[in-house]
Amino acid sequence: MSLCRRVVPVSEPMVLAEEVRKSFGPVEVLKGISLQVDPGQVLCVIGPSGSGKSTFVRCINHLEKIDGGRLLVDGHLVGYRRVGTKLHELRENEIAKRREDVGMVFQHFNLFPHMSVLENLIEAPTRVRKRPKAEAITSARTLLAQVGLSEKEKAYPAQLSGGQQQRVAIARALAMQPKLMLFDEPTSALDPELVGEVLDVMKQLAQGGMTMVVVTHEMGFAREVADELVFMDAGVVVEKGNPREVLANPQHERTRAFLSKVL
Amino acid sequence: MTGLATEAPPAEELTVVPVRHPLRWVAVAVLAVLAAMLIHSLVVNKHWQWDYVRGYFTYNTIVHGIWVTIQLTVLAMAIGIVFGIILAIMRMSPNPVLSTTAFAYTWFFRGTPVLVQLLFWYSFSYLFSNLSIGVPFGPKFHTWDTNSLITPFIAGVLGLGLNEAAYMSEIARAGLLSVNPGQHEAAAALGMSRGLAMRRVILPQAMRVIIPPTGNETISMLKTTSLVATISVLDLTGAAQLIYGSNNLQIPLLVVISIWYLIMTSVLSVGQYFLEKRFARGTRVTVARPGRRMLARMRATRRDESVPPGGPGV
Repeated sequence: MSLCRRVVPVSEPMVLAEEVRKSFGPVEVLKGISLQVDPGQVLCVIGPSGSGKSTFVRCINHLEKIDGGRLLVDGHLVGYRRVGTKLHELRENEIAKRREDVGMVFQHFNLFPHMSVLENLIEAPTRVRKRPKAEAITSARTLLAQVGLSEKEKAYPAQLSGGQQQRVAIARALAMQPKLMLFDEPTSALDPELVGEVLDVMKQLAQGGMTMVVVTHEMGFAREVADELVFMDAGVVVEKGNPREVLANPQHERTRAFLSKVL
Repeated sequence: MTGLATEAPPAEELTVVPVRHPLRWVAVAVLAVLAAMLIHSLVVNKHWQWDYVRGYFTYNTIVHGIWVTIQLTVLAMAIGIVFGIILAIMRMSPNPVLSTTAFAYTWFFRGTPVLVQLLFWYSFSYLFSNLSIGVPFGPKFHTWDTNSLITPFIAGVLGLGLNEAAYMSEIARAGLLSVNPGQHEAAAALGMSRGLAMRRVILPQAMRVIIPPTGNETISMLKTTSLVATISVLDLTGAAQLIYGSNNLQIPLLVVISIWYLIMTSVLSVGQYFLEKRFARGTRVTVARPGRRMLARMRATRRDESVPPGGPGV
């Protein structure tokens, strides 16, 4: 972490989206998304497939480039550097630098299959953060213990169950000591009986005060863990609020229709 | 349930009859006859001149030729692999200048015969008699005589290597494309730069797809190096030509170098097996080992035969 980071007041949001727009060719998938996630908060995003929820999360760490609006992470504009009144597009290495502070967990885990579990965890800390290897291994082992996979550090991803792989993927993201964790449908590719072990790890993380944006279909998790729930449909935020209230008493017809199908 | 049990005979009374393969035995018989004819010829036909084969097998010029062939193969493949991977990465770059350059390179070097390219490098001094370092169209800092810089051996290495790069770039590109796009994203999300991700995450996985055809290319290169005999390099083939040009012992010398080529390609095949094993880490795919399948089948057949034949129609 850089020493010259300016002191931010606690109230500054970790993620601030203002009228964020994104198109794939002629199709506009985000039609002006405005959201705010404060430090320590957990935001869950629900909605039907094609609603743009995954795209929005991917925009947060610049895996997708936004076409309009403003998106700030930790006070920095995503993808741009502001100099006076001009916005300079970031270079490759500057984008990479920004991503160091944002962890991401994918639906299909995306572990590095040619590396053991431990190697997966220490790769980025040693090569990107340039931490000494011994130190990286020590903290990797602590993380593996946290996700309950201490005995698997020598295993390769293909030797693990989906739930175990996703727990390793979470530990790998945490190994970079991010300020913000993004989850893109982390349990959607899992067998039903393996969903619980991943959600438990995520709950534990939320209780530890991690700022999280979670795209999910797990309404139980959203109700229990989220500070705020957002329902997206067709590229817009239809409804947002306290998860218990939104889930129990949705105000919009589209939310009601969606929830009646998934609950 | 009891009804079913009484109808079916007890399991131990049933015998499994394996599928018979009568045509295989016919094929074996035909091949055996052909093999016998070949061996007969090798022993009886005195034009094979086995004493000369033995005599020339480790002859000085031949051994030197082997060394030249190995050097050419290693250097040309090194150039081919390194340039090939660079070209493949260029080809897939979002930068249009890089991708077009790589495309043009492949188009040119794949589109002309390697023998013509070798002759071109060999005749390079007709085009440029001197090569120099300096400011383009301006002063020169140092100048070399082309003939002393591009010897026939160097011309061979350049011709074979640059040609190989065009083919290797396509192999490397196929390998890079075979890696799941999620791997790029995972590496990017961890803050890895494109170069670091390529080196540590993408290439090692692409290698699994790149190595088998590269082994193929290396074996092919070992034999293609024989073309340098046309530009007066004394590789293994060149050495044989030199010797039989003076003593007319074509057959024994061709046998000698064929045996040497076979030995070298066999060594390469073994090397390929170990490389594939190394890069198969973390995958469930097992590496095919030469001869393994046949051995396993033979063992299985023997087991079949050891089963005591039961009476039919139990």
